[in-house]
Amino acid sequence: MAKITSPAELEKLREKILSQRDPDKLCITLCSGSACHATGCDPVADALAEEMEKQGVVGKVDFRRTGCHGFCEQGPILVVYPQGICYLKVKAEDVSEIISATVKGGKVIERLLYVDPNTGEKATLEEDIPFYKNQQRLVLGPNRKIDPKSLEDYLAVDGYQALVKTLFELSPEEVVGEVKNAQLRGRGGAGFPSGIKWDFARKAPGEQKYVVVNCDEGDPGAYMDRSVMEGNPFAVLEGLMIGAYAIGANEGYIYVRQEYPLAVANLTIAIEQAEEAGLLGENILGSGFDFTVKVHRGAGAFICGEETSLLNSLEGKAGEPNARPPFPATRGLWGKPTNINNVETWANIPLVINKGADYFTAIGTEGSKGTKIFSLVGKVNNTGLVEVPMGTTLKDIIFKIGGGVPGGKQFKAVQTGGPSGGCLPEDLLDTQVDFDELTRAGAMMG
Amino acid sequence: MDIGKIDQIIDKHDSEASALIQVLLEIQSENKWLPKEALTRVSEKLAVPMSRIQHITTFYKTFSLTPKGRHEVHVCVGTACHVRGAQNILDTVEEVTGVKPGETDPDLNFSVETVSCLGCCALGPVMVVDGEYHGNVEPAETAKVLKDCACSQEQ
Ligand SMILES: Cc1cc2nc3c(=O)[nH]c(=O)nc-3n(C[C@H](O)[C@H](O)[C@H](O)COP(=O)(O)O)c2cc1C
Ligand code: FES
Ligand code: FES
Repeated sequence: MAKITSPAELEKLREKILSQRDPDKLCITLCSGSACHATGCDPVADALAEEMEKQGVVGKVDFRRTGCHGFCEQGPILVVYPQGICYLKVKAEDVSEIISATVKGGKVIERLLYVDPNTGEKATLEEDIPFYKNQQRLVLGPNRKIDPKSLEDYLAVDGYQALVKTLFELSPEEVVGEVKNAQLRGRGGAGFPSGIKWDFARKAPGEQKYVVVNCDEGDPGAYMDRSVMEGNPFAVLEGLMIGAYAIGANEGYIYVRQEYPLAVANLTIAIEQAEEAGLLGENILGSGFDFTVKVHRGAGAFICGEETSLLNSLEGKAGEPNARPPFPATRGLWGKPTNINNVETWANIPLVINKGADYFTAIGTEGSKGTKIFSLVGKVNNTGLVEVPMGTTLKDIIFKIGGGVPGGKQFKAVQTGGPSGGCLPEDLLDTQVDFDELTRAGAMMG
Repeated sequence: MDIGKIDQIIDKHDSEASALIQVLLEIQSENKWLPKEALTRVSEKLAVPMSRIQHITTFYKTFSLTPKGRHEVHVCVGTACHVRGAQNILDTVEEVTGVKPGETDPDLNFSVETVSCLGCCALGPVMVVDGEYHGNVEPAETAKVLKDCACSQEQ
């Protein structure tokens, strides 16, 4: 891709991409996140390429490999657009029929549809599956629409629009103000207000400052950060650039745990594409703002999710924690002011900037705004990633979205927040999930 | 391990001392473990004392200072996999390969490691063999995957 040197050029490119895309055209998407690799998306992709050729539909049908849909247990997930017919647990043997019956004949293959374990009802569209119906996927939404290896796909869903707005319409103070007004709180566990943290780093004295993404996701059983980083690395990158501009940093680091090789791979491609397009590097889009970013792979140490350990690890040292204060906002990486946020926090930033603080604060509870992604795993009917407005009750998450306990068994307890969190029994099922309520119940977010 | 290859990896990171962990990770993924000569070379080229390299290589779980088997088996024992029978998988792995977690057999056929969470929790229990993910594994399938592995190397 040629270097884009102004917002006008970016918009022209976006228009060109959109004009080449016909929303009514047939398109097959195949989830290719790491869980779907485990359930066999590669053989399905190979079979698709072969069958499309054999049945003469190449050119008439688009094919896109997307990020994680969050319903990994039912993978590989294949969706046929424009109808949006959603097939689960697809095997290479099913592909020939998918092309002949669904793509060419418009017929639905019943046996590949979702069946509600409680009612026996089938769902044809992804939106009709109860697991998705009760979610609000503001952050996870693009995952199923875009190929994480394609900058064009991200531009087609309004990607990098928030960056343009930031660099050309807002001052750093205004960006911090917007994040403050949105009352966004850190998604990494503690729930510290992000805008206030950004302000500390912005006001800290010093020329050299850093921004860092925490993708260590050390809590076993949780994989929302994996899913976002793998499926939509662009949003994290865009959020990071906006944060860098706001606090006055020109260098960023993205720390990814070693167990997430696909996240590293997709992120690396997203960075290369952004560099090529002039969205990273010197004088981004002609704004005068410079920013570069490096990916740092972890080497297997749970403690590195803790921010001071993570920063030590970035410096090439053992990931041992330091006492705080000083906080990273004043003395972080190489002793310089550093702002570190969780993957999901960064991924919320483009949304906050694009839609504004008022939009964001209309979602959620008094003290916790926006949505939160949870990983619902263990002994529930529907396991997967759940993105809901803050304040949704545990009961709704477990029973409405999760479909309850398999075999109609009695619910015993739910653990939230990983090892640092707590287990909540049945009488606390009406707890509204937000930072303050969970803390009050003796557990933690996450 | 070839010194030229090590130098290449170090140069790629502009010989920066802060890139120490990334350099070691790349050497490890090329060579599967970190031989003494490699560490000495890294120490010289990055001007980092051996004592610090020793500290790093023992602190981070990924690094191995002893040779690894031809096949690397990782069994997830994270919470989600644990409640779905990770221990049975681990037992089967030990039965078939004769190797305990954290160990390698003397013939260097298999190395077995436990990990906590691979981000595929919905598919628990999860096992990774030579980089390939296997979800919802049962003992019988585990045994089959490992036996296929052992066969493929005899040919
Ligand atoms: C033991 C320990 C483990 C942690 N693990 C993580 C983690 O895996 N991911 C994460 O984002 N934050 C983790 N944190 C929180 C970070 O220290 C830090 O607060 C967070 O990255 C800040 O980002 P946020 O404000 O966006 O949440 C951990 C904290 C502790 C004490
Ligand atoms: S990886 Fe495909 S749904 Fe999660
Ligand atoms: S707990 Fe095993 S993959 Fe997450």
